[in-house]
Amino acid sequence: MSKSYLIKGGRVIDPLNKRDGILDIFISGGRIEAIGKDLGQRADETIDGKGRIVAPGLVDMHVHLREPGREDEETVLTGSRAAVRGGFTSVLCMPNTDPAIDNPAAAKSLKAIITKDAACSVLIAGAATLARAGGKLTDFERLKKEGVIAVSDDGSPIQNKDIMREALEHAKTAGLILIEHCEDLGLSSGGVMNKGFISTKAGLKGISTKSEYEAIGRNLELAKKLDARIHIAHVSCGESVDLIRKAKRAGVKVTAETAPHYFVLTDECCAAYDTNTKMNPPLRTKKDVAAIRAGLADGTIDAIASDHAPHTDAEKDVEFDYAPFGITGLETMLSLAVTELVEKSVLSWSELILKLSANPAAILGLERGSLKEGGPADVTIIDPDKKYVFRKDSIESKSKNSPFIDWELKGKATDVFVNGKHVMKDELIL
Amino acid sequence: MPDKKTIWTKKDLLGLEYLSKEEIELILYTAESFKEVTTRQIKKVPALRGKTVMNLFYEPSTRTRTSFELAAKRLSADVVNIEIEASSVKKGETLIDTGRNIEALKIDIIVVRHSASGAPNILARNVKSRVVNAGDGWHEHPTQALLDMFTLKSKLGRIEGLKVSIIGDIAHSRVARSNIWGLTKLGALVTVCAPPLLIPDGIERMGVKVTGDINEALADADAINVLRMQFERDGALAFPSKLEYFKQYGITAERLKQCKKDIVIMHPGPINRGVEMSSEVADGRNSVILEQVTNGIAVRMAVLYLVSYAKDPAPSKETMRVGEGGAG
Repeated sequence: MSKSYLIKGGRVIDPLNKRDGILDIFISGGRIEAIGKDLGQRADETIDGKGRIVAPGLVDMHVHLREPGREDEETVLTGSRAAVRGGFTSVLCMPNTDPAIDNPAAAKSLKAIITKDAACSVLIAGAATLARAGGKLTDFERLKKEGVIAVSDDGSPIQNKDIMREALEHAKTAGLILIEHCEDLGLSSGGVMNKGFISTKAGLKGISTKSEYEAIGRNLELAKKLDARIHIAHVSCGESVDLIRKAKRAGVKVTAETAPHYFVLTDECCAAYDTNTKMNPPLRTKKDVAAIRAGLADGTIDAIASDHAPHTDAEKDVEFDYAPFGITGLETMLSLAVTELVEKSVLSWSELILKLSANPAAILGLERGSLKEGGPADVTIIDPDKKYVFRKDSIESKSKNSPFIDWELKGKATDVFVNGKHVMKDELIL
Repeated sequence: MPDKKTIWTKKDLLGLEYLSKEEIELILYTAESFKEVTTRQIKKVPALRGKTVMNLFYEPSTRTRTSFELAAKRLSADVVNIEIEASSVKKGETLIDTGRNIEALKIDIIVVRHSASGAPNILARNVKSRVVNAGDGWHEHPTQALLDMFTLKSKLGRIEGLKVSIIGDIAHSRVARSNIWGLTKLGALVTVCAPPLLIPDGIERMGVKVTGDINEALADADAINVLRMQFERDGALAFPSKLEYFKQYGITAERLKQCKKDIVIMHPGPINRGVEMSSEVADGRNSVILEQVTNGIAVRMAVLYLVSYAKDPAPSKETMRVGEGGAG
């Protein structure tokens, strides 16, 4: 029998149920039993929520946990612990593992690892095409039977328009969301950072915003024609935000995410050749950062996702040209969003929780993202005022490739409940 | 002569972008005295006796390597040359490991040439040895620009106010970037001239005028720096043929007729005769191409000398990671 918990006197923010106030939450049997003022239930453990925010469990819909194949970078165990540390109760792991999750057996064996090792809910995205090669579609229906909830060739954008059309059609039929990393490789190949003044100055090959927004444009047009859903991964530039905004107004079934680095950092960070500023899409300009923030504020961008991409020091401590793309993000995402979006009045707390919980849960079709009586007890407690310096030796992820090491941040998850299980207490993973 | 108060405090020479006007002037001034040494019967001074310089070249280069080697030897330093094939880099020892091994050999100065932009910055961040950039990718080739400026100054007496045009593949040229930083800091008016596809994004923000018209680049120029066209890489896509390039951008005696009579013509070498310029121009009275080669030694002596004697230098910003230096 699982323990019962009473979270007392926290500021409960549940945007989906339009709740924002000082309330108690009673958790028992893995479910939320009651939400209300001054609850009288007797619990095995009472948690003082005073001064803290009690939110529906956070959902990161874009992470790379590297298992199977690159267990030196991350595993389901270490990655899900990093997720819990960051305040997340559910994460969606991308299928670009080795081998890729492109068949039911691969999904099944990953599921077995998750059942054994995961510290939170780890959900599986399957590859959209075999070996993520962009040629032949995978079997969406059978992947779904093995628990796959989304399809994506993340990292290897689908170049062929006919394949993209087929993928959208089949995803629609199978009832899966297609998540697309939009990039025209013909325009971006060989690039290592944003194309512009800084790449010119640094002598590095550029990746234009055009390589992103032209691919988005093409995919939005297809989604519109087919009346199919599409989710655009890691939006990085202003032109992309504009296209998605227009498409939404025109009724296209599109949703979009961005990652914290796209609303915090610019390509100027690449000028000293720190390989922890190398990611794809690349860091853009101040103008783009402003556009991403505006897109978050007006709802064009539905979700914030980390694109947590662990790489070992050995892989990253090389010449900028030779380093792999990607940074870790699970443990800094919430704090960066609080520091840069809530503190700077880009988003209210309620809007932030929508983008970190309710919206990604809805996009993925999860029964998550809200706090309702009788619902699963995925709860994240946040200390909104906690100031701390993000230190390398505090990192839970197996990899330490973060550009935010030694940054002073504000706002931190202190407690996490996954299906009623207290998995992090006072910043300690249990 | 530079301001007397200027002293060299930098551990490394990574690029001219990172230097102040005064620091550039200090190098040029120091090079003057070393120039005199190179004209003596006995071309050697004991300035770096007991010091060891390693030429670490990840890209083949005979002329720059030889120039650095002679510069070090004329300062009485011991010199070791290492060439590493670029193709083996990814599989073999990392740059940082190589750097640490060199450091363990108690090498004082590492002169590094690398095909990846920023490799010297990364190396400098990880070793205590002094690092001198001998050319990295498309990024910088600071000693080449310094010797170009030294030559220009010795020919025309000044840099400030001079109109200098840099002609050729600007997009893929580290020589162009270093020249732009150095010349603009010293007050020259710089124009870059290239076919449109070889003009990189935002180059005007480096303080230069941009043109695709060779006649505009030549009119009023006090000096031109003509870059080597490399058709074997992106240039092949950006420009259809060598002959066509020569027709549109090549420096010929005919084109020189419209120029200032004493226009100084520089080229970092090696020249493609009949592509960037005609033989007549390369060997003509305005060409200072061979003087550049001679001056290269004096300038590199000055650089090796200055970085070697900087006392307890602080790490420079250009090698810092994002979180350092109070970002965020």
